[in-house]
Amino acid sequence: MSTQPLQQTLDHWSRFTLRQRLMRYGGLALTLLVVAWALSSINVIWEWVWDAPNQMGDLFARMMPPDPRNLPSILEAIWQTVNIATLATMIAVVVSLPVAYISAQNTTPNRIALWIGRFILVSSRSVNTIIWALLFVAIFGPGIVAGIVAIMFRSIGFLGKLLGEAIEEIDQKPVEALEACGASRFKIVLYAIVPQVMPAFFAVAILRWDINLRESTVLGLVGAGGIGMILQGAIDTFNWPEVSMVLLTILALVVFGEVVSSYLRKKIL
Amino acid sequence: MLKITKLTKRYGTGDPVLKELDLTVEGDQLTSVIGSSGAGKSTLLRCINRLVEPTSGSVDLNGTEFTALNSRDLRIARRRIGMVFQSFNLIDRLTVMENVQSGRLGYISTWAALTRRYPREDIARAYELMERVGIAHYANKRADELSGGERQRVGVVRALMQRPEILLADEPTASLDPKTSEQIMSLLRDLASELKLPVIINIHNVTEAKEYSDRIVGMRYGRIIFDDLPDQLGTAEMDEIYAGVPAMDRAEVGAVA
Amino acid sequence: MSQAKGSWRKPPFIANPLIRLGLYGAVALYFIFTLATLPIDWERVSDGMSRAQRIFSGAFPPSFERSGLMIDGFLESLKIAILATVGGILLSVPLAFMAAGNIAIKPIYLLGRGIIIVARSFHPVIVAIIFVKAVGFGPFAGALTLVVYSIGFVAKLLAERIEEIDFGQVEAMRAAGAGYIVTLAYAVLPQIMPRLVGLGIYQLDSNLRASAVVGIVGAGGIGATLANAFGRYDYDFALAITMVIVGVILISEAVSGFIRKRIA
Repeated sequence: MSTQPLQQTLDHWSRFTLRQRLMRYGGLALTLLVVAWALSSINVIWEWVWDAPNQMGDLFARMMPPDPRNLPSILEAIWQTVNIATLATMIAVVVSLPVAYISAQNTTPNRIALWIGRFILVSSRSVNTIIWALLFVAIFGPGIVAGIVAIMFRSIGFLGKLLGEAIEEIDQKPVEALEACGASRFKIVLYAIVPQVMPAFFAVAILRWDINLRESTVLGLVGAGGIGMILQGAIDTFNWPEVSMVLLTILALVVFGEVVSSYLRKKIL
Repeated sequence: MLKITKLTKRYGTGDPVLKELDLTVEGDQLTSVIGSSGAGKSTLLRCINRLVEPTSGSVDLNGTEFTALNSRDLRIARRRIGMVFQSFNLIDRLTVMENVQSGRLGYISTWAALTRRYPREDIARAYELMERVGIAHYANKRADELSGGERQRVGVVRALMQRPEILLADEPTASLDPKTSEQIMSLLRDLASELKLPVIINIHNVTEAKEYSDRIVGMRYGRIIFDDLPDQLGTAEMDEIYAGVPAMDRAEVGAVA
Repeated sequence: MSQAKGSWRKPPFIANPLIRLGLYGAVALYFIFTLATLPIDWERVSDGMSRAQRIFSGAFPPSFERSGLMIDGFLESLKIAILATVGGILLSVPLAFMAAGNIAIKPIYLLGRGIIIVARSFHPVIVAIIFVKAVGFGPFAGALTLVVYSIGFVAKLLAERIEEIDFGQVEAMRAAGAGYIVTLAYAVLPQIMPRLVGLGIYQLDSNLRASAVVGIVGAGGIGATLANAFGRYDYDFALAITMVIVGVILISEAVSGFIRKRIA
């Protein structure tokens, strides 16, 4: 047993080595540099910035009190908004199932299908709902059809990606057992994969419905139907009291959506 | 009768896991396969129904050469082999009845499978078997609400629902406590004689193997080095089967060659 | 010994038949009613196919002629995203502490949660419109919008993380006699740092996507360029912009995922 005396007394300690410290400071410096660049080169009219609180106060004053005169058409538009979100989510859920199936590494039939599936999901996810709406308003004209299709297209990517991940995470053991019984591929999916993916499926579908409810409220701003169209109209005519009325109904709708979706989620689990 | 001839399984370019194995199982005997980890017991079992693809060799069950089947015929042929797994491999979120009926998926129509409208005879037989193993009152319970021993019984019933010609069990009691383990082994032995079914069980508990089997097969690094009645398994034979490491084994083989 | 039965039905998800059938009925009614009363102009929809044809043939090949304009727009979107993320994180940290049930006292907790809920409730586009009216067109409105957007997400999740910390560490610090700030620094911050960094990177990615969109209502960035292109029927330019948006989002997502994996 060696008991060599310490060559030097240890009287200093630091959490990071010199190299780590340099890297940390370097990272910080880089971040500050980037922020400074962004701040400096962005075209900000500083007079407007200082005037901002005034302007916002003025805007707020004009919005009060909210004007309920147009409430019937506002509520009808809200109802349309709910329909857009609900119908589009339902269709998207159905369409996303096969896409998720071919995008999951453990269930895809071949590499080509895998890449097709991934491509569909990526393009769907990367284009914002509003951009899809721009496209479909150009194709189908203003109205709720453009809105429904836009929400559908965006939702497929979201649903497909999460469902695909859920499929990839399943326990393969029941699959092995059913293969050993001689069940066909379809029946294996039905009995070993679907039940395992069910909770994730419902959670994701409900989540997307909630998000779509929010997205549907603004589709009208580009002409794709729903409450957004009334909002745009009110803004264009500087009818601020009506604007605040619409905003209140949107707020109520969003809260409603949150309450319903958390209730449903609790029921599923 | 199950006749395995010169069965070899090699992963990549390494040493083969199964080395030209020969094994014949007939009648309604319960055969236990013992050996240390890495001896190839699990691979052997899975090569029989081709859950693992054999590299070469033949597996013949009552006249059907399993290694020569295309995927569609293989599916049909697999119905004749029942398998029980160490981790039970049940579908946790489905009921016991559905799990048990999933053994019939190779036989029933897609519509029946989808709507859970199983044929009357299948339901009757399921209740019969569940009653026999003692889980009939769990028919409507979710599989993950059962204890380990109960779950394995579900696995056994599922395998028997196939009306198989042979039953394979891959370490069926490894995840169970000793008492439950004995219950399952006893169940397998009784069922084997009641249904006149040959049974092959992978097992690492040699005491249980000796107590419940009609025949013991000892494997060592891909070869069968013991094949006899349980009471012929003495300490010398056990040492042969369980002692040593692969490198030593290879050295032995090298010395002979 | 019970008689072997010949029939079996899977117990339904909703046990009470009244509720179950009532639910089916309500859903069926909803569908029939809405599909019947939806204001759809079917003629216009079928026109849509030929219009789509025209648009897509006009869109190919994508035109990168005015790439100067595009690059300007993108840089602006990038700056908006960066500033919004930094500002958003700086504001989210105190807000998250305010909204954490185990740290804040009841009135502050309610205030914090309330702010977060309001921040989340309105779609960034709506918030953008309001800011544009308040501070004028341009990237400043966009940055403010995305700060609100960031707070709604980062503060909420950070507050949840704070509520889940191991309080034993705080106890230990208090027992040793450490002051409030020091306790925060030694017992709380290290526990939430990884989450905060992950959220920050995720939010940067998120803001980059959102910044492409707030421009549509005048809050700066590539969105304005895109909306213009659509408005002027410059579909080839619009396609070029969209392709680049998708490309940038993909790169950003890959980088963000990579960094978060390295950190975890």
